[in-house]
Amino acid sequence: MELTRRSVLAGAAAATAIAPLSRARAQANTIKIGVLTDMSGTYRDNTGPTSVAATREAVAEFGTSHGFTVEVLDADHQNKPDVGSNIARQWYDQGVDLILDVPTSSVGLAVNQIAKEKNKAYINVGSATADLTGAQCAATTIHWAYDTYMLAKSTGGAMVRAGGDSWYFITADYAFGHALERDTMAFVRAAGGRILGNVRTPFPGTSDFSSFLLQAQAARPKVIGLANAGGDTANCVKQAAEFGITRGGIKLAALLLFINDINGIGLQTAKGLICTETFYWTMNDKTRAWTQRVVRRTPTNYPNMIHAGCYSGALHFLKTVADMGVPAAKASGVDLVNRMKARPSEDDLFGRCEIRADGRRLLPSYLLEVKSPEESTGPWDYYKVAQTTPANEAFRPLAEGNCPLVRG
Amino acid sequence: MLELIETITGVPAPLLFGQVLLGLINGAFYAMLSLGLAVIFGLLNIINFTHGAQFMMGAFVAWMLLAWAGLGYWWALILAPLIVGFTGVVIERLMISRLYKLDHLYGLLLTFGIGLIIEGVFRNQFGSSGLPYRIPPELSGAWDLGFMFMPVYRGWVVISSLVVCLATWLVIEKTRLGAYLRAATENAALVQAFGVNVPRMITLTYGAGVALAALGGVLAAPIYSVNPQMGTNLIIVVFAVVVIGGMGSILGSIITGFGLGIVEGLTKVYWPEASATVIFVIMAIVLLTRPAGLFGRA
Repeated sequence: MELTRRSVLAGAAAATAIAPLSRARAQANTIKIGVLTDMSGTYRDNTGPTSVAATREAVAEFGTSHGFTVEVLDADHQNKPDVGSNIARQWYDQGVDLILDVPTSSVGLAVNQIAKEKNKAYINVGSATADLTGAQCAATTIHWAYDTYMLAKSTGGAMVRAGGDSWYFITADYAFGHALERDTMAFVRAAGGRILGNVRTPFPGTSDFSSFLLQAQAARPKVIGLANAGGDTANCVKQAAEFGITRGGIKLAALLLFINDINGIGLQTAKGLICTETFYWTMNDKTRAWTQRVVRRTPTNYPNMIHAGCYSGALHFLKTVADMGVPAAKASGVDLVNRMKARPSEDDLFGRCEIRADGRRLLPSYLLEVKSPEESTGPWDYYKVAQTTPANEAFRPLAEGNCPLVRG
Repeated sequence: MLELIETITGVPAPLLFGQVLLGLINGAFYAMLSLGLAVIFGLLNIINFTHGAQFMMGAFVAWMLLAWAGLGYWWALILAPLIVGFTGVVIERLMISRLYKLDHLYGLLLTFGIGLIIEGVFRNQFGSSGLPYRIPPELSGAWDLGFMFMPVYRGWVVISSLVVCLATWLVIEKTRLGAYLRAATENAALVQAFGVNVPRMITLTYGAGVALAALGGVLAAPIYSVNPQMGTNLIIVVFAVVVIGGMGSILGSIITGFGLGIVEGLTKVYWPEASATVIFVIMAIVLLTRPAGLFGRA
């Protein structure tokens, strides 16, 4: 064939016309998961890069034999609701099919609104607030791994049962701290305990808690409830040990504490602390094998319940997409989430878990006691399981949440 | 007597004493950090926004010495300030020295940027939840003061900080070296004409200011968790301390540091929610009434 100017032009025109088409087809056949998390702030180790690694692990395990490709994006919301909202909006507009993780309750709630507005799927793993399945529940949202109610019930309830019937709270002065304090106070009172007082500490920006600890001590409670998280809790625990508060017989209830925080505090100081998670990496052979795979990607940070939740949530999401087909999954977030709720999630880490109409995934919670350095036999061997609360008792009953989706 | 205090203040006397003492301990950190800032500002005219990151580096170097080289707390007290001080010298030679002829603002932006980068690097390397660093066995335990348990280590922090502050003040006010420093602050060109190597003196002064921050970091390591954000939390307060005391005033920064620590401690009893802001309220009042600060010269 003679190469004329006309044929070259025609070829070029055809190529330009086809290129976007094939790109569009690839787009239509790619499922995108956006992990929106704290990559640079105080919750980085509890969520952050390890959440992304766990999600990628789920995608790798899900494989490529389902007729569509999966892409994982990640972004840093800096624990700021406005930053998080902007990224979420942009992602959903650009064809992201699921937003995953989103720690920090204020950001978690903001993204909840956007997912609802855009009719897109949202699995929240990292935020604590039980409002995500309560007053602010949405048909596009599933709350995956834990919440303030379940923490309060497990840790708070256990402390009261063990004789800790008078409490003083040290509370981070923002939405999350208030919610955790409120939920725990309710359990303490219901179990016949007394609240002797509370102190609200500025957040962020407080690193010396000794004044607050001494005020708590002066009220002579049996338990000091720490309604804070991350570095704040770590500093409280360290300083309580330093000032001999725990030696004097007062017990600390760290209401939200992750294995990563314990690594930072050190077993010598953290030993004997009681906390609650829904996942512990060395629970059985399957969790250990999975952890070894994830730790290859983030060698200095072991996975906690949020990381395990990101894996399990991504996997359940992908299975559901494979089930209903990519076009249907992309068409409506509500339909997609309804399909996800319709069947229990099932994986190596959590087993079978039902997902309730209000978006609450039900899973057992473990009351954990931190080992002493002598009891610990290897790196990150930190917990003894003290008690297990079954899935159907761990969380707030459906009727008490005031979720509009289930009200009549 | 105790009842009288209780009636006047509305707070049980033991609790009040405890809070004043705790305020003094926090004040020790404020004093030591603001002292370094004051020394640097006095001679270099640079507002060193990297100070928080350098404080954090001090704590991390202490941790590294222990974890990687097996060198304990006492070695860290000497080595960490030297190591971090040396990085300060490098930063001053390579970057800050190019800005002396420009407006303050450039130095501020540069040091702020360097601080953010250092913090980011440490966060990437070590994560955000911190690393454990134990109180050395010689300083563990606590004294029962009757009204509170006073950890031996906190007492050590107050005393060593006082000694360091006093020594720095003596060096600057009472020695020949200090005289050169003060003279160079007034008129660098003239001092240089007398044969003093002013650029080198400036470099070493920056290194010394940074070393003070690092020393503060080593002292803080066993109390706070060693994490990349530990400097950020403290440094904003310390800047307020420097402004209240008077920019560049050595004695001012020491007295204000301890004083504001106590004010903050008392606020934690009477109005805990405001304890993070009280220092800034004081700063606003001081700026309105004495713009040069309590001890500064206008």
